[in-house]
Amino acid sequence: MSSRVSEGGRTSTSRPPGEPRRVAYLYLLPAFVVYAAFLLYPIGRAVQFSLYDWDGLSVGRWAGLDNYAAILADEGLRAAFGHALVLIGFYAVGPLVIGLALAAILNHAKVRGLGFFRTVVFLPQVIAMVVVAIAWRRVYAPDGTLNSLLGALGLDSLTRGWLGDYAFALPAVGVVGTWFETGLVTVLLLAGMSRIPADLYEAARLDGAGAVREFFAVTLPSVRGEIAVALTLTVIAALRTFDLVYVTTRGGPGTSTSVPSYEVYHRAFGLSQVGSAAAVGVTLTVVIFAISFGINRFADRRVS
Amino acid sequence: MISRAERLANYVILSVFAVFALGPVVVILAAALGPADSGGTAGLANFAAAWEAGRFGTYLRTSLAVSAFVVVVSVVLSIMSGYAFGTMRFRGQAVLFYLFMLGIMMPSEAIAVPLYFDLRSLGLIDTFWSVSLPQVALSVAFGTFWMRAYFRASNRAIVEAARIDGASSWRILWQVLLPPARPAVVTLTVLVFMWTWNEFLIPLIMVTSESLRTAPLGLAFFQGQYTSGFTLLAAGSVIVATPVVLFYLFLQRHFVRGLLQGAVRE
Repeated sequence: MSSRVSEGGRTSTSRPPGEPRRVAYLYLLPAFVVYAAFLLYPIGRAVQFSLYDWDGLSVGRWAGLDNYAAILADEGLRAAFGHALVLIGFYAVGPLVIGLALAAILNHAKVRGLGFFRTVVFLPQVIAMVVVAIAWRRVYAPDGTLNSLLGALGLDSLTRGWLGDYAFALPAVGVVGTWFETGLVTVLLLAGMSRIPADLYEAARLDGAGAVREFFAVTLPSVRGEIAVALTLTVIAALRTFDLVYVTTRGGPGTSTSVPSYEVYHRAFGLSQVGSAAAVGVTLTVVIFAISFGINRFADRRVS
Repeated sequence: MISRAERLANYVILSVFAVFALGPVVVILAAALGPADSGGTAGLANFAAAWEAGRFGTYLRTSLAVSAFVVVVSVVLSIMSGYAFGTMRFRGQAVLFYLFMLGIMMPSEAIAVPLYFDLRSLGLIDTFWSVSLPQVALSVAFGTFWMRAYFRASNRAIVEAARIDGASSWRILWQVLLPPARPAVVTLTVLVFMWTWNEFLIPLIMVTSESLRTAPLGLAFFQGQYTSGFTLLAAGSVIVATPVVLFYLFLQRHFVRGLLQGAVRE
């Protein structure tokens, strides 16, 4: 017994914690059963469905990779993935640029009321997306807040029904994404910047670096890890957009705001094209994995 | 070091962003407390009217039941699986852990569609289980990741000491490791509660009967049916959002920490 203890003490520093224990499987079993039945098995079924031409009722017809080929060929599906790319600009790139600027300012000048500011900008993260969508429908409505503001500024020529406009509906949905992701990104970057040692800034200043050079030479490289996390979170959120589109536009007007997640739902339950829906779902999953893997690889390589 | 002008500029920038973040929230709150759609009652009475017209009592009850079930089951299962991954070594550990990690990034639409058709042929569609069990599976993926990270960092010496005293692995988990793990468990609990309460797609697909509609789903239906004004819709929105916002205001630390530390699920 005593020899095992000393051995355990030594291994815990040099190897991953824990000792070989069969009982581990018993602890894993309940979680794994639910996980396998309601997540792993459905993924397998999604792959299987995606290889068939199936309306959800009659017997499916083997379609091979036709449903996947359609994603490249079908203009509507190609457009949906294109719209998701536009949303990445609004959900990820916009908040990152704004968040970097805000966090740099906040970190540089120790302003009062930072706690309150953090509470406020983070709030959109916890509000149900259906509620967010209803609020923004109101903002964008023909007689809504945005048009009232424009009218008050004497810009009546710019007013329109934003969500019903072919050109403006997608950017309007995107701005909602910018709205709820910016707080998350800012708080994340702020946490990273507060960990930068002060002597790095001292050294930069002694070298005669101005605020801008200091930002690019010291701040930006130090928060590379936080940037990677922020991009992963926001890009995935952009690609998964469903509730927002469902409540605000249902993909319209026309198909100008259709996105992959909405296509999965719409094809399965609106158009009875279950095979095609599954293929879009599988493709979306693969794209999400590839992007988050890519972002993290990129961040790791740059660090080492 | 910092000039007055710079300080002023910083406050202006902060205020602009605070206003941008709060704007839509204020729009909803103001509308909910504004004049009634029919022109009659106003103020707090709007909430009572919305509660009545939108049948939010039923929806909130369903949401509460689903959230309670998903939170309790997935937190308990995650503590156990996180304990195994974090403190023990066993064959297939790496592969099993990667399998669990798949679920963190998995978009729920990819699994909800096949689940719908399989549960339908089993006759389980439109039940409490069809709404809650898929959400347990999604939450267990993140929960396992979260609790494993905690247990890996926990004090090995205490565990070894308890083992020498003859404590079983079961007692070590619940009586030695878990009491100091309270902050980690609270964070996991509030995140799972928020995700479950706010979840929209899974109830939308799995539920047809009105009695099983969750609060966000009921609100979306109310929005589709109720077209005679915005006041009651705004009041209904406030009712649906309030429970999570209240939790957030009291346990803000946990929300921020959890969402920042790699919580990819929505």
